[in-house]
Amino acid sequence: MANNEKKGNAFTENPIVRAIGTQKIVVVAVLIVLFGFFCIASPAFRQYSTILSIMDYSYYTTLMAIGVTFCLITGGVDLSIGTGIICYGLLGGFLINHKGMPVAVGLLVTLLAALVVGTVNGALVAILELPPFIATLCTMMICRGLGSIATGGLSQNWPPAGSEAGWFRSIFKLDLGTTKIPLGFVWVLLLVILMSVVLNKTKVGRYIIAIGSNKEATRLSGVNVIKYQMSAYIISGFFAGLAAIAYAATFQAIAPGTGAGLELDAIGGAIIGGTSMNGGSGSVAGTLLGVFIMSMLKTGLPFIGLQANWQQIITGLVLIAAVYIDVLKNKKME
Amino acid sequence: MGEVILTMKGIDKSFPGVHALDHVDLEVRKGEVHALMGENGAGKSTLMKVLTGIYSKDSGTITYEGREIEFTNPREAQDAGIVIVHQELNMMGHLTVAQNIFIGREPMKGALIDDAKMNEEAKRLFEMLSIDIDPTEKMSRLTVGKQQMCEIAKAISHDAKVIVFDEPSAALTEAEIEELFKIIRDLRAKDMGIVYISHRMDEIKVITDRVTVMRDGGYVGTLITAECTKDDIINMMVGRVIYEDPKTESTVKPGAPVVLKVEHLNAGKMVQDVSFELHKGEILGFSGLMGAGRTETARALFGADPKEGGDIYVNGEKVEIRTPMDAVKHGIGYLSEDRKRFGIVTAKTVAENTTMACLEDYMKGIFIDSRRENEVAQKYVEDLKTKTPGVDQLVVNLSGGNQQKVVIAKWLARNCDILIFDEPTRGIDVGAKSEIYHLMNELVAEGKSIIMISSEMTEILRMSDRIVVMCEGKKTGEIDIAEATQENIMHAATLRK
Repeated sequence: MANNEKKGNAFTENPIVRAIGTQKIVVVAVLIVLFGFFCIASPAFRQYSTILSIMDYSYYTTLMAIGVTFCLITGGVDLSIGTGIICYGLLGGFLINHKGMPVAVGLLVTLLAALVVGTVNGALVAILELPPFIATLCTMMICRGLGSIATGGLSQNWPPAGSEAGWFRSIFKLDLGTTKIPLGFVWVLLLVILMSVVLNKTKVGRYIIAIGSNKEATRLSGVNVIKYQMSAYIISGFFAGLAAIAYAATFQAIAPGTGAGLELDAIGGAIIGGTSMNGGSGSVAGTLLGVFIMSMLKTGLPFIGLQANWQQIITGLVLIAAVYIDVLKNKKME
Repeated sequence: MGEVILTMKGIDKSFPGVHALDHVDLEVRKGEVHALMGENGAGKSTLMKVLTGIYSKDSGTITYEGREIEFTNPREAQDAGIVIVHQELNMMGHLTVAQNIFIGREPMKGALIDDAKMNEEAKRLFEMLSIDIDPTEKMSRLTVGKQQMCEIAKAISHDAKVIVFDEPSAALTEAEIEELFKIIRDLRAKDMGIVYISHRMDEIKVITDRVTVMRDGGYVGTLITAECTKDDIINMMVGRVIYEDPKTESTVKPGAPVVLKVEHLNAGKMVQDVSFELHKGEILGFSGLMGAGRTETARALFGADPKEGGDIYVNGEKVEIRTPMDAVKHGIGYLSEDRKRFGIVTAKTVAENTTMACLEDYMKGIFIDSRRENEVAQKYVEDLKTKTPGVDQLVVNLSGGNQQKVVIAKWLARNCDILIFDEPTRGIDVGAKSEIYHLMNELVAEGKSIIMISSEMTEILRMSDRIVVMCEGKKTGEIDIAEATQENIMHAATLRK
């Protein structure tokens, strides 16, 4: 217990730095350095098509990451989102391909399925008080099985771009013939702003942070902690649903049994962006930046001749650094 | 003092096996600071928990503002204007001061929280209490004292009419206590009823108007503070109870060598310049009220918490103890007050727990030699008369007393000659208690030496050869058992140095 006011150094005490957050400034700097490095190291990297591809692959991860950030801030986690988005995408695709449903219905079902799983996760964690890691690990397995059973183990191809039913793909990438516009980025940005407001300016967000900081104290303050803890998982589910739509729009086919590990990219992005695994702190904008670092590494490393295995190693190292920063921050708080 | 605002009458509460509150009365008037005093476990906290609806009472009545009330949770009590400022602060460190104060009732602007208005109101609140805190500061960045001020501000903002302070000064510095008293006097002037729970006799005289004393769950009496002396209060706290067979004289052989000498031990606020000696074959009792720093002293000595200074001598030789590993190497074993968390691994067997601290002696190459492990465990089961179907029994299935014996076996197997027993009989039933006492006497007869930390006066007077008394991190007394009485122990335990 310190009896004096805790003081950081001049940089961290600067009001502008404090308002934005030290970690976010560091992450932006890293992002710029990485981008600069790849641009200099590889001429192919600095092409528009590469940027476009970084964006393409980042949408579904970013969307998952926005949602899971809320779970992480409560001190929990949602592991079901990775296999989840495959499962939801399979369900929607199956209805379109095999039941002749319109694409709009497919999209709606995809979103609904995600909401159902999110609600179940929330109920398991908040009402039955299962540890979030285990609860969402179980729903992750259930999702994987369910996706395969519902589609009879068949891959699902959502209608291709250019076809009449493929309109939904241009939600994320508008094809103007000569140029392609990464429209998805606009939506992602809008959602980041929206969810930042939800996190910082509404009761849902405030109580989610409070629960992650000290659940018992929040309960004793007369806050319905079950409701708000649950809502974090419902938010995560909803964004997994949006991610499933983004995934379906980006890839040609969705294969049953895949998806495991995608959630880790999202969680990793959130952590790099400054969200604490111990709950209580985190930001949606940070998560966006964190996911961008992950995507940049994923897309950029092959350009300098480092293949998938190296990407894994480097991503792992980056995560260790990010988590260590979190550990240091928590030590300082004690 | 104004009219009566709160009356608790004949409050009775039992838990399985414990009569926690036995017809307790408490009356609080407007504009008074009412001290609630008693030894550890006298029932002060239980009474406050009944008041705020954390526990339900078995019988008795609570009258508040002329109406009989019964709250079912702290929230209801808070809404009615009865608020507890807890010793352990209920705060969300990641949120700002204002966000903490207004949690659960944020001012809204449509769907969004109106943080600006919230900060404004918090600022006004602090100005009213003349507290200097920035409402937009993160709670975790404040000192403990300031955090407590925020808790008080939160209470006031709930339109509190009765505020209960549960040992508010325990974690505060002198200057912070001054500030706290200023605020409390202010609240008194505003006609609030204040209940002040504290062990600090000097504070009671300074800040309170009346004092109600509890003992062993019962109501002893209420005095006007200005009209009574410190000794009056102590006498009421310890009462005239005859404690069962206290030791009358030390059983340590004259001229027994000093096995452990601690000089000027310092470790934070709770351990300040503590020095003592432990002789071979002695039980050295450590007495004091809650938060006196006894466990902290033991942990610092044992290397479990960092030391800031001090010398430790084992058998006359100066030793360096930085980690529990060092302590164990020098033959010191520590039996934690919290057995389940620090003492035993409940999901492991008696044998596995017995060899936990000395596993390297029971290895055959890289494998554990189960046969010898079972042998040594069996030996201690017999020596200590541990009631267990076998050494392969899981410790979780044993009773509290027998679990404690397994912990003792663990340290004996490690050849520890100095044993620190921290609350050795907490959570152990009466029959098993005397067995543990008997065992401790046998151990010292065999030449082991024991430091026994205990909050039970009976235990201290029955077991110790000599008693060290602590108060607020300092040693305030050292009493030979021949001269020890409850009164002189309690006197030292409330002595602020």
